Amino acid sequence: MAENPVSRSRPTLIRRIGQLVIVPAAAVVGGFVVGGVIILISSLANGGLDFGLPFSAYGSLFQGAFGSLRGILFTIVSAAPLVLGGMAVGLGFKAGLFNIGAQGQFLMGALGAAAIGAYVAGAPGIVAIPAAIGAGALFGAAWGFIPGALKAWTGAHEVVTTIMLNFIAGALIGYLITGPLEAPGFSFSRTGPLGNAELPILFGTSIHLGVFIAFLLIPVVWWILWRSTLGFEIRTVGANPDAARYAGMHPAAITILTMSLCGLLAGLAGAGQILGISHFMNASYGSSIGFDSISVALLGRAHPVGIMLAALLFGALRAGSGLMQIQAGIPVEIIDVIQAMVLLFLAADVMLRRLLRVRGPSIEPDELATVSKTYGSGTI
Amino acid sequence: MTDTESQTPRTPSLEMRGVTKRYPGVLANDAIDLEVKPGEIHALLGENGAGKSTLMNILYGLAEPDEGEILMDGQPVTIHSPADAIARGISMVHQHFMLVPVLSVAENILLGDEPMANPIFLDRRAAHARIRELGTNFGFDVDPDAKVGSLSVGWQQRVEILKALYRNASILVLDEPTAVLTPQETREIFAVLRQLSSELGTSVIFISHKLYEVLDIADRITVIRRGKVVGERIPAETNEDELAQLMVGREVQLTANRGESKPTDVMLVADGVRVADDRGREVVHGVSFEVRAGEIFGIAGVAGNGQDELVEALTGLRKTMAGRVTLAGRDISAATPRDLHEQGVAFVPADRHRFGLILTMPITDNIVLTDYHVPPYSRGIVRNDDAIRARAQECVTEFDIRTPSVSVNAGTLSGGNQQKVVVARELDRDLKLLVLDQPTRGLDVGSIEFIHARTIESRNADTAVLLISAELDEVLELSDRIGVMYRGELVAVVDARGADKEDIGLLMATGGRISPEATKVMSAELEQVS
Repeated sequence: MAENPVSRSRPTLIRRIGQLVIVPAAAVVGGFVVGGVIILISSLANGGLDFGLPFSAYGSLFQGAFGSLRGILFTIVSAAPLVLGGMAVGLGFKAGLFNIGAQGQFLMGALGAAAIGAYVAGAPGIVAIPAAIGAGALFGAAWGFIPGALKAWTGAHEVVTTIMLNFIAGALIGYLITGPLEAPGFSFSRTGPLGNAELPILFGTSIHLGVFIAFLLIPVVWWILWRSTLGFEIRTVGANPDAARYAGMHPAAITILTMSLCGLLAGLAGAGQILGISHFMNASYGSSIGFDSISVALLGRAHPVGIMLAALLFGALRAGSGLMQIQAGIPVEIIDVIQAMVLLFLAADVMLRRLLRVRGPSIEPDELATVSKTYGSGTI
Repeated sequence: MTDTESQTPRTPSLEMRGVTKRYPGVLANDAIDLEVKPGEIHALLGENGAGKSTLMNILYGLAEPDEGEILMDGQPVTIHSPADAIARGISMVHQHFMLVPVLSVAENILLGDEPMANPIFLDRRAAHARIRELGTNFGFDVDPDAKVGSLSVGWQQRVEILKALYRNASILVLDEPTAVLTPQETREIFAVLRQLSSELGTSVIFISHKLYEVLDIADRITVIRRGKVVGERIPAETNEDELAQLMVGREVQLTANRGESKPTDVMLVADGVRVADDRGREVVHGVSFEVRAGEIFGIAGVAGNGQDELVEALTGLRKTMAGRVTLAGRDISAATPRDLHEQGVAFVPADRHRFGLILTMPITDNIVLTDYHVPPYSRGIVRNDDAIRARAQECVTEFDIRTPSVSVNAGTLSGGNQQKVVVARELDRDLKLLVLDQPTRGLDVGSIEFIHARTIESRNADTAVLLISAELDEVLELSDRIGVMYRGELVAVVDARGADKEDIGLLMATGGRISPEATKVMSAELEQVS
């Protein structure tokens, strides 16, 4: 107490942040290194190892993502759904839930926005846009509520139920869009035009309203988690459900609420993609955003700020890959390799710590603890 | 030099010289010297956080010393991992047993050192024969095929010791081995340890904080305080008071000054309470008792006789199957933990890691764990960090919680300080009923003294106190009246004055049905005596 507490806590704060960041950062570097090796090997097809190729490929990747205003905006637009999806998974981690269902919640959000958006297409924008966005959020929330309720009431593990619900969401969309929701007058099965429910472009050529919503929700989620009693309940239930019960909280209710909120965030991501970019949904609408969100949440250590940085990285990969393919002749699929390697390195947390000689006790981060927790712990 | 002379100063089987271990900001071991002779039972005595565990972790290869050396039979050795330690004949019985409950006794013992009949299959038969032989020699006939999860805690500990025997351990380290045992079981384990040291010449390092036990079992006692050896004693030449003073560094009140209780109104009434465990089996069979304001009612019993379920039922964590519980006349049979908290019930749970604390959260959050939702700690759904910090700071000061700041995670504190966080949160308000479940399990003398004094203070402030403990000494020391639980029933309730430790120990171990009439007679007699 005698020493100045500020000067004492400063270095530990920096060290704590350093300890948090070092493994994700190393995982990213590792992903790029492995990707580079693969690019190098691929140059054999054009006769002989070209040691410059990985550098020129990554150079054009970087240029595509950040080299122009258009590129930067594209990076941000690509990051937006990953921000929401990443928080949909990350918020779950905080409550001790592994929400693999972000994909299904994303698809249901997209469906809700597409269907309701087409329905209210004729209404003025001030009505149509909130209705369509709200529908996406609600559909997503409903798709999160189901596994939350199943877990709270029956003990069914959310990993199992959300994977099943991902499939159900895909099949349901296929059925609805080739059936009841199919719009007449198109050469293929799709939902109707959105009319006034399309999101306005607010900046440049691509930054639509949904992008703003996504980034604005970062501080909101942060505030809920660390400044509200609800966030305290979520984190307590995630850290120790027994102690939560002892403290007078209701883990079952918190589980249902958190899963619904996760679904809501993922649903908003889906709504943004439909209302802001594609403007309709077809029967085979597919996207890997829900799954990429899991990587984003893990890379971002389930923290809203970390998730934003991870989403921007993944968004930049998407945005820059086109130019890389054109200039260096490296197929865009290398991006998936890099992302997968990043995830693999993250999962090998212990190995990375050894390699990097990270000192101090290796405290398993919440999100990995959630992933590795055993199944079937019963009802809560 | 004659033969006998050369033998007298026998080479120590283990010597740790000048062992120093620094952790950031802490000197956990400061040039510690420890010498253990062959066949010696050597007690390591010290408060939690004194550095006993660090020293043993270094010995067991779980931590690397910064300075110092380890000698075994006079030869310097380096131990980099538990595998190294085991290979050199060091075995450790941890406080929390390292057993796999779903595996059999034999499988647990073989784990890590499987005898192979050929490169593919285990030699089960030879292993079983060896385990039976060892068991018979040491008087514990355990079925090698029994599932460890089905054994009592006392037997599980024997399996741990068997594991060490099976590996021909020459040095056996036991970390707080008696914390979970009845007096009878403790005596049995002590007999085994003595046999080990005298017949096999095994050196035993016995870590404990129970002074009378250390005096009973040890050949020599090394006392550690704040990372330093502060004394070495032989039981015949010391006593509990001296050891306690060495350990804590000041004079210690070993027995709580209980004073007279002045019981007033009946506060808590349990009437025919029946409770089921997680698997739905009834484990509390119609327990009835009452606790008055201003008295401490202690329930003694071996762990696993329904006390946990009874306490969880009384504190709203578990539903009762039947029966009625009232608090100051109000029915609380179906009350939630929050209802009870608001009605002035405080609960210090047995398992502070499971119920009492969120180890990954700072002291601040843990201090307001049950009050986070009310002013001043929050307004609406907005948390008030300043108020929470101020409250935590207040508790840290008042309850002498040793911590660099209130924002460090509860998991980084020593056991005693963790428990002080729980006690500060629960006790520091107006209470009608205080429920303490194993309040000092695994704590050091200083913390125990503090918590006992606080408990008596609460009682003297006219709080009804219900104390549940597997530590018979604690129940005897604090309680005004004592109930004994055996197999889900309260088999006896006696006045604490004149209660006999052996009798109660026997009741705990056998249930030795004393009829309610006999109990009444006993109490009446005691009444007259006093």
